[in-house]
Amino acid sequence: MDVRKKLEILADAAKYDASCASSGGKRKSTPGGLGSVEGMGICHSYTPDGRCVSLLKILLTNFCIYDCQYCINRISSDTPRARFTPEEVVRLTLDFYKRNYIEGLFLSSGVLKSPDYTMEQLVQVARTLREQHQFQGYIHLKAVPGASQELIDQAGTYADRLSANIELPTDADLSKLAPEKSFAVTGETMREIHVRVEQSKAERQESPKAPRFAPAGQSTQMLVGATPTPDAVILDTAHQLYTRYRLKRVYYSAYSPIPLVDARLPAKAPPLVREHRLYQADWLLRFYGFHVGELLPPEQPDLSLDMDPKLAWALRRREAFPVDVNRAPREMLLRVPGLGVRTVDRLLRIRKWHKLTLEDLARLRVPLNRVKPFIVTADHRPTALLDSPRLPERVRPSAEQLSLFSTAVVARTGEL
Amino acid sequence: MDVGQDLGSFRSVARGLLARGVPPEQVLFEEARRRQASLLETESVADVAPGPSLSVPSAFLELAERVACHRSPERWALLYRVLWRLTHGERRLLEVVSDADVYRLTSLEKAVQRDAHKMKAFVRFRRVEREGQEHFVAWHRPDHLIVPYVAPFFARRFPSMRWSILTPDACVHWDLERLTFGEGVPRSEAPEGDALEELWSAYYVSTFNPARLNVRAMRAEMPKKHWATLPEARLIPELVRKAPERTASMVAPRLEPSEASRFLPASRELPALAAAARGCRACPLHERASQTVFGEGPAPAEVMLVGEQPGDTEDREGRPFLGPAGQLLDEVLERVGLRREALYVTNAVKHFGWTGEEKQRLHAKPGRREVLACKAWLEAEVAAVRPRMIVCLGATAAQAFLGPGFRINLSRGQVFETPWAKAWMATFHPSALLRMPDERSRAEARAHFEEDLRRVVDTLRALPA
Repeated sequence: MDVRKKLEILADAAKYDASCASSGGKRKSTPGGLGSVEGMGICHSYTPDGRCVSLLKILLTNFCIYDCQYCINRISSDTPRARFTPEEVVRLTLDFYKRNYIEGLFLSSGVLKSPDYTMEQLVQVARTLREQHQFQGYIHLKAVPGASQELIDQAGTYADRLSANIELPTDADLSKLAPEKSFAVTGETMREIHVRVEQSKAERQESPKAPRFAPAGQSTQMLVGATPTPDAVILDTAHQLYTRYRLKRVYYSAYSPIPLVDARLPAKAPPLVREHRLYQADWLLRFYGFHVGELLPPEQPDLSLDMDPKLAWALRRREAFPVDVNRAPREMLLRVPGLGVRTVDRLLRIRKWHKLTLEDLARLRVPLNRVKPFIVTADHRPTALLDSPRLPERVRPSAEQLSLFSTAVVARTGEL
Repeated sequence: MDVGQDLGSFRSVARGLLARGVPPEQVLFEEARRRQASLLETESVADVAPGPSLSVPSAFLELAERVACHRSPERWALLYRVLWRLTHGERRLLEVVSDADVYRLTSLEKAVQRDAHKMKAFVRFRRVEREGQEHFVAWHRPDHLIVPYVAPFFARRFPSMRWSILTPDACVHWDLERLTFGEGVPRSEAPEGDALEELWSAYYVSTFNPARLNVRAMRAEMPKKHWATLPEARLIPELVRKAPERTASMVAPRLEPSEASRFLPASRELPALAAAARGCRACPLHERASQTVFGEGPAPAEVMLVGEQPGDTEDREGRPFLGPAGQLLDEVLERVGLRREALYVTNAVKHFGWTGEEKQRLHAKPGRREVLACKAWLEAEVAAVRPRMIVCLGATAAQAFLGPGFRINLSRGQVFETPWAKAWMATFHPSALLRMPDERSRAEARAHFEEDLRRVVDTLRALPA
């Protein structure tokens, strides 16, 4: 099979992986070397699904010994199979990088023979790129859950980011759909990565020459909608992963093979909207000081599909409003629907110098119609709107606006 | 005041003006027509520290460096005005981001940074051999005068390659040791093609998931003006056109058989189908509906219209599209020159689904389960009618064909090729037009609806017989 055919099969097989970011970390190019990593990643192209292409995202192989029911590469699937040699991946990465098509490599793989055997192959690609070719571009490697500590250690010295996939939101879901996987094994791999990342950070405090370990940290991915598990449980799991292993990102990926949708997804919910709401809620947990229980009270364990989670929260907690933008503390401003982190920080800076008016807000591109019922400014005080039963209609962005506010953009920025 | 097109020349002019205490209202900046590359002939930002008498926040200098790359002639006057205010009692001015001057300045800066970011992203090198040496050459068309600003990035990223970036305003070359700049050149100076472009295109096609088509998001991030230099961009129209077909083939082989297929008759002629459909029990909807509302119209027909589900009126009369939505549809069909009698008109779901009291039956939107259960009827109708074009009214109808990932608001009015018909399109459901609460959006949607139906006429005309 020629490289082109392999590329078609193994890129196609990798497209279900939600992660494609190349941000975080820093790598200077070396004289005679190739590539650099400078903070923000660069999206080199966009496909007609609105997703960016920043990395060469492929599988080393889509052969796999496991039989996870949601995965196209499971052993019992009849998908066409292919396998790259490590050298072929190295060549493709360098050739694409030199033409400025990509920021680097995202390499994942089906599990061949054993987790260790597979991890060894992934490490070999990264080692060849770094050591033989002085490649300083971005490398994201999958950490195969269950691979030995030694191999994970090596992977982290070459890669910018590692990710072990949690796959499904609960252990019970896993035993149903992915019997060979478990929270215990994946958690152990995440813990190893976390320990090494922290160690390397501490060592670099002592001496800046100490080797880096996965400088862009670790992330994971969770499939959503393949089981009836509600959003509250999904976000709880995510929250635990963030606190326990200091993950940089949890990626939510709507269950994609559409055929079983009737049996396993809520009949009327377009799955992309649910994915989008989860990203918004995830952002609220990490950057806006919300708790899972606030966003999803026990009687309502799933996020609303027609309203963003912050707005839904505010409408349940009308007594907390209006908020005076000239006086309220940062934490409270962050809870106003329509105000994002960046806007809030700007407001705080401006209000040191003069009293904020609606005009200031308009200049900062705040959606005034949505925000007005919730705030007080020097020249505005909402009039009884908060008690109106028609408030939700008034502040909810229309369907047309939502589409402009595309899923891809919000998944990346998460700003509400 | 004459300034060049670069920050260095503005700095010396501004320094003189400030020293003489000339307020901004009294200065008119005139830009001399000088080439962008002249930036390197004058002093660069780093080595000119502002004099002790006019200490300026370093944030201003960084901002000015970027704003200077903007093509707009107003930038010098704006920079001077802000500089004046900074040095005349408003030292913290830059923190007031909602100030009109600061706001304008930062929008210029944003435009420059976006352009710089796009240059880093969309420069595509092509490998050529020159005197036996490997050389990488790119052609790019930035909006602003950013070549000197962005060039160091490429030097950091590709230190071991000899490369050149050519633009209409300026060129930059890297010879493994230093950057040199030259005047702009026309596109014809740049090489065509690279052996790797075929592989890259193969990658681009495979990494795209047709089930999540979202052309608007792509366009927002990858403006069309850059497509000319992106080898993968020429694939886009075809990818978009074929996306529904690819999605359908991803879904089709693994789909569970539709419940209604148990009720299909041996003869697949329309009258036999309609008769058999009267006894359909594939989903619970038949229990509360008064009768099956099957499609109607000639076979074969050029166009097949597919709605969502019969409503209250249709349920009583037994024919599709009779109520207010049907009247609106008739009105618009007539206006665009389509005759209802010549079309085959049907619904994705053949039974009325409702909630509430018998006296006031409230329409209940069909769920995915009902749509899938009913799909065998729809497919049998398509096979019998053999339409050249299928027009879906509303998301439910569209998703009956293409799965729940399909979005009306993203793909409305686009004509796709599908396994069911050479041309396939989705637009609003007429009852959605009646229900929109806001008058302006209602009028807008109505115009879109009419425009889409006009496109149906045009598409039919252009389709080979």
